[in-house]
Amino acid sequence: MKEFLEGSRAVAEIIKLCKPGVISAYPITPQTHIVEELAHMVADGELNAQFVNVESEHSAASVVLGAVATGVRAFTATSSQGLLYMAEVLFNISGLRLPLVMTCANRAISAPINIWNDQQDSVSLRDAGWIQLYAENIQEAADLHLVGYRLSEDKSIMLPVMVCMDGFILTHGMETVDIPQQEEVDKFLPPYKPLYKLDPAQPLTFGLLADPDYYLETRFAIQETFKDVLKMLPKINEEFKNHFGRDYKDGLVEEYFTRDAEKVIVAMGSVCGTIKEVVDAQRAKGKKAGLLKIISYRPFPYAKVYDALKDVPRVAVLDKAVSPGAYAPLAIEVKATFSGKKKAPKVVSSFVAGLGGRDITPESVKEIFSKLTQKEVSLEFIDLKPELLKEEYGE
Amino acid sequence: MESEPLFKPGHTACAGCGQALAARLVIDAAGSNTIVVNNTGCLEVFSTTYPESAWNVPWIHSLFENAAAVASGVEAALIYLGKKDTTNVIAQAGDGGTADIGLQALSGMWERGHDILYVCYDNEAYENTGIQRSGLTPYGANTTTTPPGAKSIGNICYKKPMPEIANAHGIPYVATASCGFPQDVQRKVKKAISIKGPKYIQIHVPCPLGWRHETELTYQIARLAVETGLYPLIEYENGKLAAVRKIAQPKPVEEYLKAQGRFKHLLNNPEQIKQIQEIADNNIQKYNLKG
Amino acid sequence: MFGPLIVKPSKAKGDKTGSWRVKLKPKFLQKNCIACKMCVLICPEGCIQGEDKNTYISNYEYCKGCGLCAQVCPKADIVMIEEGAEGEKK
Repeated sequence: MKEFLEGSRAVAEIIKLCKPGVISAYPITPQTHIVEELAHMVADGELNAQFVNVESEHSAASVVLGAVATGVRAFTATSSQGLLYMAEVLFNISGLRLPLVMTCANRAISAPINIWNDQQDSVSLRDAGWIQLYAENIQEAADLHLVGYRLSEDKSIMLPVMVCMDGFILTHGMETVDIPQQEEVDKFLPPYKPLYKLDPAQPLTFGLLADPDYYLETRFAIQETFKDVLKMLPKINEEFKNHFGRDYKDGLVEEYFTRDAEKVIVAMGSVCGTIKEVVDAQRAKGKKAGLLKIISYRPFPYAKVYDALKDVPRVAVLDKAVSPGAYAPLAIEVKATFSGKKKAPKVVSSFVAGLGGRDITPESVKEIFSKLTQKEVSLEFIDLKPELLKEEYGE
Repeated sequence: MESEPLFKPGHTACAGCGQALAARLVIDAAGSNTIVVNNTGCLEVFSTTYPESAWNVPWIHSLFENAAAVASGVEAALIYLGKKDTTNVIAQAGDGGTADIGLQALSGMWERGHDILYVCYDNEAYENTGIQRSGLTPYGANTTTTPPGAKSIGNICYKKPMPEIANAHGIPYVATASCGFPQDVQRKVKKAISIKGPKYIQIHVPCPLGWRHETELTYQIARLAVETGLYPLIEYENGKLAAVRKIAQPKPVEEYLKAQGRFKHLLNNPEQIKQIQEIADNNIQKYNLKG
Repeated sequence: MFGPLIVKPSKAKGDKTGSWRVKLKPKFLQKNCIACKMCVLICPEGCIQGEDKNTYISNYEYCKGCGLCAQVCPKADIVMIEEGAEGEKK
């Protein structure tokens, strides 16, 4: 059913349809509305779940870990500082091979303290062993949660999923969203059947000490399972299309006029909507521009990216995060895609924009296209204000 | 034909380990319908080194500071499944994982009122990482981070009053226990489990390695701690002091101190022994232990 | 794909910690035992078993020789003897 909803509310509605038995979260802007909406649903009896108001994000992640380990589907959401605070628990969840879906309402990280959107938080945890899916708009954000549970709980996967939606832009923005019916969701997402759980009828020990003779294989297994995720996402998205009518193709990337493009921007998240507008305007003027939207950041779909961009002469990568002292995080994945390959773009330029919530306007995107010349840009910040910078510290 | 024990031998605890003893007493008293959430520490390491596990009950390692939080999730899931009434949840940790790094999660669990028994194995230091001082290390103790020296008498802080902190949260049952009184440990565990809501039991467990004593003295030293008044055995029920273990003739603290290498440096320091005696005397008075 | 992850405790045999004993082992005299079960209670390994009086004995495959059982026996019916004193093999 189509409704004009705030992004957070859309996420809450879809989570309600997924019927988690335990919800636990700690407030942090801009995730708050998601959890508040769920609290209302539980309070009104619309959602039968144990709602655990914890004293920190570390405990929120711990509570959902305990719940899933006991065989009950669970949900949590966080941003920025909260994500970093629960970081060790995130590694624990993926290491224990427990399925979970968590919303990361992407927000910049202190210091300086900043509550607005960039992708530094989730990108900084790309090694945590979580599947990371990035939403362009509110409909996608909602749908990714549903796909997330299906993927996560698959017995051959058993890895947690982080759905990343840009804070404020998607969480507090409003769009017309199609929220599916419960019966259809139930057909797509069956109840959670644990592969293993804490149950006195069948005692199991979870989370043993694995010394050097055993640890390596657990990591290898996760690395291999991420390859299975690359194969499973297209299958699940095909099923999703059959149930709900929306076609996300392989669910790994979206190619927007990349096939004959001369210049393509690669990006993740809500900025892709803005880039699509600029691409449309450029195409109307006869310029062959395109966008490659990355949906699955982890696992990174190298084969799809290669296939989409191998014949594109100039590629710009737009990062909303940095890795200080090195190439930008998304740019380096794109560069690695072509390493050792026969075909490659002549230029892969890297641009950083939007940090701390600075608007990425259509003008900013046009600037990127115009800076995408035959001279490769190793890393440039867009919309930088040099007047705010000084060589030496002083009043 | 004996059934398999809930905490099996073949674990790699040090010989004479007070914590191993107490952990077995606790799970035997709780029974097989129990899910155990265990933090990082000696107990977790020596009882679950892949591919071995000593636990014949469902058991999960939480990480260091969040046994109480993971247990809260287990409890919430059991309530959702309608199984909480037939399943016990025990969260257990060492003194560091309880009073220091674990205090936040524990306080939250207490405040929310989860039906969980939390057991703190108090061996009075971070023994697993090499005997560093914790918030429950007693006054004067030699640890690797509070060593005595030309400018130090050892640990100058007092034990964080965890039972009082627990009680201040308004939880229905708080008790201290000692592995020197093993039947008492089991009685208190059984009692706690019969009560709905958050429960806290702090068990004094000597560590032969960290406290520097012979392995066969674990039992006696634990008893001495109680008999001097240094480790009062008390029970709070619904906020009120409900029962204490009386001491007919309190022993002088020196008897307890000289049995352990970690207090050796104090033995020729009457001023410090007097300080420690005061701690014991204050306990005896506060809890009315004499009798 | 899964790596070393979860253990079924029923499948875990445990380390044969009896090999840790260096000097002493408990000898259960089984003469004056009153079946108080203090030894059963106090053993950190939980490896002492018995039913009636004078039937209690530790499982030497796991006994670490800590000496606590000998300390707590109210009838001094357990004594620590030297490992190998009676020509026994470990």
